[in-house]
Amino acid sequence: MNLSFVLREVWEGVRGNLSMVLSIVLVTFVSLSFVSVAALLQIQIGNLKSYWYDKAQIAIYLCNDFDNELVCPSGAITQTEQIAVAGQLKSPALTPYIDTYYFESQDEAYERLLEDTGELTAAQYLNPSQLNATYWISLADPEKAELVVEAFESQPGVAAVADQRSYFDPIIGLLNGATLAAGSIATVMLFSAALLTTTTIRLSAFARRREIGIMRLVGASSASIQLPFILEGLIAALLGGGLAIGLNVFIVENYLTDSLATELAFANFVTATDVFAVAPYVLGLGAILAVLASGISTFRHLRT
Amino acid sequence: MIRLDNVSKTYRGAGESALTGIDLEIARGEFVFLVGASGSGKSSLLRLLLREEKLDSGELFVLGESLTSMPQRQVAKYRRRLGVVFQDFRLLSNKTVYQNVAYALQVIGKSRAFVETSVPDVLRLVGLEDKSSSFPAALSGGQQQRVAIARALVNRPELLLADEPTGNLDPDNSREIMGLLSRINLSGTTIVMATHDRGIVDQMQRRVVEIQDGRVIRDAETASYREMPSGPLEISEAD
Repeated sequence: MNLSFVLREVWEGVRGNLSMVLSIVLVTFVSLSFVSVAALLQIQIGNLKSYWYDKAQIAIYLCNDFDNELVCPSGAITQTEQIAVAGQLKSPALTPYIDTYYFESQDEAYERLLEDTGELTAAQYLNPSQLNATYWISLADPEKAELVVEAFESQPGVAAVADQRSYFDPIIGLLNGATLAAGSIATVMLFSAALLTTTTIRLSAFARRREIGIMRLVGASSASIQLPFILEGLIAALLGGGLAIGLNVFIVENYLTDSLATELAFANFVTATDVFAVAPYVLGLGAILAVLASGISTFRHLRT
Repeated sequence: MIRLDNVSKTYRGAGESALTGIDLEIARGEFVFLVGASGSGKSSLLRLLLREEKLDSGELFVLGESLTSMPQRQVAKYRRRLGVVFQDFRLLSNKTVYQNVAYALQVIGKSRAFVETSVPDVLRLVGLEDKSSSFPAALSGGQQQRVAIARALVNRPELLLADEPTGNLDPDNSREIMGLLSRINLSGTTIVMATHDRGIVDQMQRRVVEIQDGRVIRDAETASYREMPSGPLEISEAD
């Protein structure tokens, strides 16, 4: 059937039912905002993991002259002690768990410090001997980190063993919790959006029952009778989805990209690009739900 | 054109059947009155012809198609080949005369060009070419029914079903509508009209199929409403 005619019909339907259509737009807006937020939180977790887990290794900090006497009773690590540590790294007991490792001397550690945090004046007052020479270990299986940590913890000449991954556990837990919360709200809201769509379409169909009666009599196909109503639900949902994405872009740009990200660069925050990346899924979810809800509604109320 | 073989129909929940063992054949180009009291089964028969209802038993052929075995998805296409008018006109009050008629073509996906040539043609046929931008509320009952007839005819159906088309009209308007239907019939369209307007039936002298309690009790060519008139013969409104 003729597209401009269908669109005119949709417009008539929307106009005659404006407040209900507006309510679908708003409920979809809120629910899809939460869907988008949940997706962005997961992307944020992914960002953190992919950026930091790659870098996060097990660090075996070797004693220097400035370390606490309790952990390094004999001061800086001796050559024998260092050979023992290196030997353990190559031992058959540990090699299955270790992917790669490399040694970072005190000088290298200092250079990296300058490189990473050169803008911090504190770095200017440090010198290489205050830093720890370190074995950086990348694990074959991150789950077995504990085993490697334990193997070196009590080794003489080792100041500390750190699993960098564990630094992120609380924040990832927090983000996962937030995802769950946003997802739960989104689910409830989407369900109510679907119910609202069903009701709205039914009202819209009732308001236009004379037209529908005539369409049936003159032999309009079921599809062409139902199409304007399904489009009505779809357009409302897409408008709501568009608003949700707009809101997310606004928040991400204004509160992350333009403010927090400049101060907390290490957090590798989500950007508007990520919002646009999830946008098709968010809109798609809204569209599928709208089409299903209005489709079921029209199927139940508008059969030929 | 239309053939019913032993057609029966019972509505769910209703004790008695609406139609029982109807045999009827209507040829192309005929003008047939279905007469009978309210509840006799006239409307049930029209609903079967429109395929708004399915029959329970028997065989029903319309326009060469078996409505008994027609799948639901073909019903819309079938209905495009018929026109229907009702007692209550069923016009859309927010659309003009032109738009009301055009609507019937637009919803079945006819092109703009087809709509723009067909609608003025059919409005001329029913004598409403000068009312095309009026709204139904501004028209008399007879004019509104003519719009409804124009809408029924605009897709050039072979068969026109009319359910009490004069039921809401005064005698003058009724005569005007009957004149229009006669002209339409003369141009080749088969017309089946349910009515209990005795005056009209008597005046037209066409084939009359009388239904009572869901059965055909009389089928006569060029007949009056009653074979043995039981009441006064003057033109009266629906009894």
